[in-house]
Amino acid sequence: MDLFEYQGKQYFARYDIPVSPGDVAYTVDEAVAAAEMAGYPVVVKAQVQVGGRGKAGGIKLADNADEVRLHAGNILGMDIKGHLVKRVWVEHASDIEKEYYASYSLDRAAKKHLLMLSAEGGVEIEAVAASNPDAIVLLHIDPVDGISREAAHDAAVRANIDAEAVDGVADMLVKLYRCFTEGDCDLAEINPLILRPDGGVHALDAKVSLDNNAAFRHPEWDEFRATEELDEREQLARTHDLQYIGLSGSVGIIANGAGLAMSTLDVVNQVGGSAANFLDIGGGANADMMAAALSVINFDEDVRSIFINIFGGITRGEEVAKGIVEAMSRVDLRAPIVIRLDGTNAEEGRQILADAGIPESKLISKPTMLEAARAAVAIANGSN
Amino acid sequence: MAIFVNEHTKVIVQGLTGGQGKYHGLRNQAYGTQVVGGVTPGKGGTDVEGIPVFNTVAEAVAATGATASFIAVPPKAASAAILEAAAAGIGFIVCITEGIPAQDEARTYNTLVRDYPNTRLLGPNCPGIISPGKCNIGITAGEIAQAPTAQGPNVGIVSRSGTLTYQALYELKQRGIGVSTCVGIGGDPVPGTNFIDCLREFQADPETHAIIMIGEIGGSAEEEAAEFIKANVTKPMSAYIAGVTAPEGKKMGHAGAITSGGKGTAKGKMEALAAAGVKVGQNPTEAGDLMAEIVAALNG
Repeated sequence: MDLFEYQGKQYFARYDIPVSPGDVAYTVDEAVAAAEMAGYPVVVKAQVQVGGRGKAGGIKLADNADEVRLHAGNILGMDIKGHLVKRVWVEHASDIEKEYYASYSLDRAAKKHLLMLSAEGGVEIEAVAASNPDAIVLLHIDPVDGISREAAHDAAVRANIDAEAVDGVADMLVKLYRCFTEGDCDLAEINPLILRPDGGVHALDAKVSLDNNAAFRHPEWDEFRATEELDEREQLARTHDLQYIGLSGSVGIIANGAGLAMSTLDVVNQVGGSAANFLDIGGGANADMMAAALSVINFDEDVRSIFINIFGGITRGEEVAKGIVEAMSRVDLRAPIVIRLDGTNAEEGRQILADAGIPESKLISKPTMLEAARAAVAIANGSN
Repeated sequence: MAIFVNEHTKVIVQGLTGGQGKYHGLRNQAYGTQVVGGVTPGKGGTDVEGIPVFNTVAEAVAATGATASFIAVPPKAASAAILEAAAAGIGFIVCITEGIPAQDEARTYNTLVRDYPNTRLLGPNCPGIISPGKCNIGITAGEIAQAPTAQGPNVGIVSRSGTLTYQALYELKQRGIGVSTCVGIGGDPVPGTNFIDCLREFQADPETHAIIMIGEIGGSAEEEAAEFIKANVTKPMSAYIAGVTAPEGKKMGHAGAITSGGKGTAKGKMEALAAAGVKVGQNPTEAGDLMAEIVAALNG
């Protein structure tokens, strides 16, 4: 789950990482109130999860309440690369002496944590990596040991952080690592991490991505979840605990396992169709989950056929079949199903489907993935 | 032969008294796997359909001589279960648990590397391993796996995705091609066993004559495997990469399956493998067809 900047800053604050004083605002009046609290001058920043906010006019400096009103009024409701701005973050404008970059992530190839630190912050780190890779210090950290204050200090020196900022940056790196690990982040990034004229350092921006698998030990994430921007289909899927991603095609996809679901998208594409979604009902899917999956797909008006691709391991064929029969008795499906069912208890499953007496206009069974894909695409394209 | 597990492998199931552990543990036993015990704290002394249950892995190992463990416990308990098995001297651990936090996974993996270098972890979030006719640990439906023949040619399978592992087994079975071992390494960010570990074993295994590799978008494991293949693998290979049509920046179910900034794409991985001499299919069936051609050529 990706956090908005203001949520990232709130999360940083939990780990004593200094951020600018400020508050989130949903209305112009709230923005003015936040500005009065933070103290002028303030920066009004659009809260969207997409880069290039500044260029789009989504970040403005304000010296007084009137300017806050003007800018917040313009920014709230603005469309930035397809993202509607619903809230702004208003914070005290910082005097900036220098801009640095710091982040922690998992290096999957090395199977270790990775610190990236650079004295060239405030720009996209990918750009620095391309133009001046030597300006980025990469430090692998064994997750068993973590990072010591000494190692953080050494990294700051090697990254050519200004001498007066080295201690502050080293402290920050230790705190950010705690946030990354104890806070269960996939990514914890500060860009820019600034040095102020008074010698202090703090996080001027926050990019935090949380590991959904760790949600069980973070009740404080519930409020982040509430603001996550999902389309209606994704929202419905979430309530049923399904892995769903909305796409724009006409063949609804249900598969068990992420790999098979991806492969199903690929095969549909290869035979001339396009998928309306990615939906993984996961391992151990039962009748209820299959029924829920079909309701989610059915919500999508663009769906012309539904391709159910199941290869049973943990998932048992008879459970899948029961779910389909159950769902068809509960929901009036807008499109016919093409099913391919193999693996654990597939025979039993196919028997249940055959015994249910569903007409072929509503349910077609195919022996292979490729044949099923062709049938589903033929229906989807033919009824256009 | 076969790799990692065979007819001599003695398996305990951590979580045997739970729903998943019981269902799959008994299925593994019915397949012919030597399932010699189970472990559930507090339930020692009981049994599951005749399989003795112990309180700790150490007790189970002492009583049964188990060499492998099948872990089917919830995400919160999985890391501790893995380390307990390693500490008890288990040499091969299969963990099917899905949804372990990445931070836990990274710590557990690095603890194993440091403190238990002789223990191999397969998974987490993987379907397990099957050496057809000999040993099946995990959730694979044994009947879809074709047993290898003495004369060969037999194929080794390594896959990052669970259901595509079954698909690969199934494609070979349809064509009557025997499988030496099929390893599902799982799609999590820090897998205990990677492509290269399996490729090295398959290359050394006299019973394996060709190899199918199933990858997916995200990360760079396939690209690294391609480098390894170029330098070390002489046995013929076919491959398939899932996720050609996946949109950038979206997590496709697996924690690992995400492309970002044009990196980790299916196209890049396919090209890397093709450059290493691997025959790359556009879908699982095509990878199966390509393997059938390879096997026909081996039969020559």
